[in-house]
Amino acid sequence: MNYDIDYLALAPEIVVIITLLGVLALDLVLPRRLKYFTGAIAVVGLTLSAIPLILLAVGDLPVSMFDGSYVVDQFALVLKGLFLVSGYVVLVMSVSYIESDRYYQGEYYFLILSSILGSLVMASARDLIAIFIGLELTTAPLFLLAGWKKGDLKSNEAALKYFVLGVLSTAILLWGMSMLYGATGSIQFAEISAAVSSLRSGDPMMPLVVLAVVFVMVGFGFKVAAVPFHFWAPDTYEGSPIPVTAYLSVGSKAAGFVGMFVFVYLAVPSLSSVWGPLIWVMAALSMTVANLAALRQTNIVRLLAYSSIAQAGFMLVPFAAASLAGEGALAAGLEATVVYLVIYALMNLGAFAVVIVAVQRTGSAEIDSWAGLGRLDGRLAVLASVFFFSLAGIPPLAGWYAKFKMFTATIAAGGTWAYVLAAVAAVNAVIALAYYAKVAKAMWFDDPPEGAEEITEAPSGSLVLVLTIAAVVTVVVGVLPNIPDFFGEATRTLLATVGG
Amino acid sequence: MNWFENGGALSLIVFLPLAAALVMLVIPKAREEAIKQLALLVSVVTFALSLVVAFAFELGSSASYQFEISAPWISAIGSNYHIGVDGISLPLLVLSTFVLVLSIIYSWNHWEEPRNPKAFLALMLILATGMNGTFVALDLVLFFIFFEVVLLPMYFMIGIWGDKSMRKIPGFAREIPTRLYASLKFFLFTLFGSAFMLLGFLAIYFRAGDVAQRTFDIPELATLGAAGAFSPAAWSIGGLVFGALFLGFAVKVPMWPFHTWLPDAHTAAPTVGSVLLAAILLKLGSYGFVRIALPILPESARDWAPAIAILSVIGIIYGSLACLAQTDMKRLIAFSSVGHMGFVMLGISTLTDVGINAAIIGMVAHGLITGLLFFLAGSMHHRYHTREMSRLGGNQTLMPKMGGILGFTAMASLGLPGLAGFWGEFMALLGAFNPLEGLNVSLFRTAMVIGAIGTVLTAGYLLWMLQKVNFGEPSEEWVGHEFHDVDRFEMAAWVPLMILIVIIGVYPKLVLGSTTDAVVAMVDTAFNSGPTAALTVFGG
Repeated sequence: MNYDIDYLALAPEIVVIITLLGVLALDLVLPRRLKYFTGAIAVVGLTLSAIPLILLAVGDLPVSMFDGSYVVDQFALVLKGLFLVSGYVVLVMSVSYIESDRYYQGEYYFLILSSILGSLVMASARDLIAIFIGLELTTAPLFLLAGWKKGDLKSNEAALKYFVLGVLSTAILLWGMSMLYGATGSIQFAEISAAVSSLRSGDPMMPLVVLAVVFVMVGFGFKVAAVPFHFWAPDTYEGSPIPVTAYLSVGSKAAGFVGMFVFVYLAVPSLSSVWGPLIWVMAALSMTVANLAALRQTNIVRLLAYSSIAQAGFMLVPFAAASLAGEGALAAGLEATVVYLVIYALMNLGAFAVVIVAVQRTGSAEIDSWAGLGRLDGRLAVLASVFFFSLAGIPPLAGWYAKFKMFTATIAAGGTWAYVLAAVAAVNAVIALAYYAKVAKAMWFDDPPEGAEEITEAPSGSLVLVLTIAAVVTVVVGVLPNIPDFFGEATRTLLATVGG
Repeated sequence: MNWFENGGALSLIVFLPLAAALVMLVIPKAREEAIKQLALLVSVVTFALSLVVAFAFELGSSASYQFEISAPWISAIGSNYHIGVDGISLPLLVLSTFVLVLSIIYSWNHWEEPRNPKAFLALMLILATGMNGTFVALDLVLFFIFFEVVLLPMYFMIGIWGDKSMRKIPGFAREIPTRLYASLKFFLFTLFGSAFMLLGFLAIYFRAGDVAQRTFDIPELATLGAAGAFSPAAWSIGGLVFGALFLGFAVKVPMWPFHTWLPDAHTAAPTVGSVLLAAILLKLGSYGFVRIALPILPESARDWAPAIAILSVIGIIYGSLACLAQTDMKRLIAFSSVGHMGFVMLGISTLTDVGINAAIIGMVAHGLITGLLFFLAGSMHHRYHTREMSRLGGNQTLMPKMGGILGFTAMASLGLPGLAGFWGEFMALLGAFNPLEGLNVSLFRTAMVIGAIGTVLTAGYLLWMLQKVNFGEPSEEWVGHEFHDVDRFEMAAWVPLMILIVIIGVYPKLVLGSTTDAVVAMVDTAFNSGPTAALTVFGG
């Protein structure tokens, strides 16, 4: 047994822990008018935690600790970077939002940071217990955050639904994990993989293992809100404070994806005939059901909720196609999904930042209330168009490359099922455009309400920062897709052990 | 001038409008004159550059790409920034930059509500980048990007400046503004086609060889295609892949039965939008067939050719009959595009050098003529505030110049010999008489006969339109109205078009001289057949 600890490798997590404890302690002693200070500390702490990440990236990799249960490789680093950046953006968005109403501030930042910490753990977790702790640490604070608007019934509903279904999915996940442990006698992915691949088809343990895998996949399906395990998502998204919704749709969703990848690729790669079709079905259903539902939404946040379910479906497409094609194609599938995830995080956060500004302006999240925004506030409308058309995948905005990468990996995998899924995705890309264009239509084609005046005041500085960065990166990445490719390429290290 | 010949010229033609659009964003809205002058200046510069390219173009080797550059772009998938022109794309590139200049001149004093010249011109320039880029792109991914870039500006043009009238759409409870329906329909149809086109591109990419040999490069893929790498005999999904590309291009052309977005979009678009749609955007589809689908997938093209020919003649007849049923002048012109593009596609479907040359000269002619018709329809609507032909009678008396130009353009559109429209139709029919060896001759000859009937119908509806709009006594309702005949901006935009229509009509070599060698070489490599004797008649 090797229990040496590489503190540099753990430094991002350690910095986040110190920050979140600091925020909690400071919240106790600060007078009410200085509470906003906790937000600043959280932002600074998260920024500092990026420094060891960069040091690690240029240093020797991979670092394996605790007998291989906790690994820091390029895959983990890229995703930790994604979690930190999206967490950072969410924090910056939160500052003005949380201040604007009478929310508890210190606790808010403490909980967001805890959730980010959980996702950092997820990226490195390589055994059942670590991954479970990471996933729960990511999710549990969000049960509370979803209900942060105490006086708002919808927010209460959001929290309750999320809590009940979240706990249910946790139970299913844990049940699956315990069966897997029972069948293989190990919690470590490498050992589970070895034990599972040595099982013969007629082995009496086989049905148990298959059932365990199905249970775990269902658990993750809840976390990434894939159809048919998505029912909590629209209501929770609508009721939560908008920065929390942004985090739910990006940070915690990405964490769920990471858990799914690590589990299927490292623990049960040989059972791709079990989880492959499962993912295929989830992908096809998520895209189709969510896109059709999104067409009928009149509330922008609900629209984005369904859109994020549909986008999760798109992300699962290369994953599904690759898993059906066998182990050789897994790496390309993983890379495509990660590239999609990175680009999606960027544009979706931008879209939510726009929603925050627009809701502050109009006091409503109904799409109709955006009518004539192009004439009232041209700049905001341009930014909104950039993000929404990027989500739709229209070149030359970043979203096109995400879709392109998805199609590339799917066609590369080959086979009838992959082609069918690609065709389903292509049709869905068109359906998706219809509702993203609906938002553009409201902003540009509809007349502003009577008596509305041109808006000249700028939104708060932190939001302007988020919007500008996200928009610039969305355009630059769309023109120079080598940038996300670089990160996608790096994540292939995850599969070094399974020969992808 | 080394950089100029090594991609510099073409890059400028493509990206200068985009840069101008960005510059325009920082000019305050109030400085309208400055904005208009910038747009005009940039469009004139790009047109001048394209003329320089055309004159410096070596006609002797028009089959090979010139002014070419290939630089790494997306390294992970080996996609390059590869652009260049050959004899096929050159006329279309010049057409595209030319029509842009005229559109901006026309816009000078024609603004549709809600005005906002800044936004309108910026969109127009972005559109120009997409159009010019598509004609010079020699990489499938690059082609796809430019092909898609045109969507957003056109969507906004139709949606913001388009037809304000309300319309009942079957299946919807409320009446909705025509512009909203038309813009979304245009966007969704095109995206549907191009999503499958992209899948086709990817399939070709992966079929091209091992990891190291995979490429999106169009010339390289054409070489592979000629060698049979993508033939359905060796590649089970080859026919399907052609089908995917077909879907993408056919929606854009548009071919029957994918045409239904066209009458709505063209009719609802603001005048300049209709002009650019008809003159350039439709050509992106037919150009895609000639540049990508035919040379890369020649065997599948052979299999699909009869189907394309059948759909083309259906389009010709259907378009003409639909025209006869219209009461709205602009909608009639829109439907006439379905018929004319049917001739273009019939030419392409013959897979012969005559047919494909016919297609390209047909595209250029259709761009000039139908562009002009849409200008006219826009200007008449501007004055009469109606497009109902029954109310427009006697236009010739009310506005003699306008009537004269309309008469001239209608004659050109019906394919009067001596004007540009003649060559495309005539050569397409000639090509159909003698299609590529191995194709079903009787089917193509039947198509030719039906197409010939189509030319009669075309003449029929255009003369019918002239009769309703130009001739007769003006309706009572216009008594006492002062109509301002063609103004100088309109003249400046239209006269160059008319001159070119005549020049190409009497001297088709202006276009064919550039295309012939390139087309012959393309047909020769893809389908292994020598030049057709008939081609020499046209100075090839």
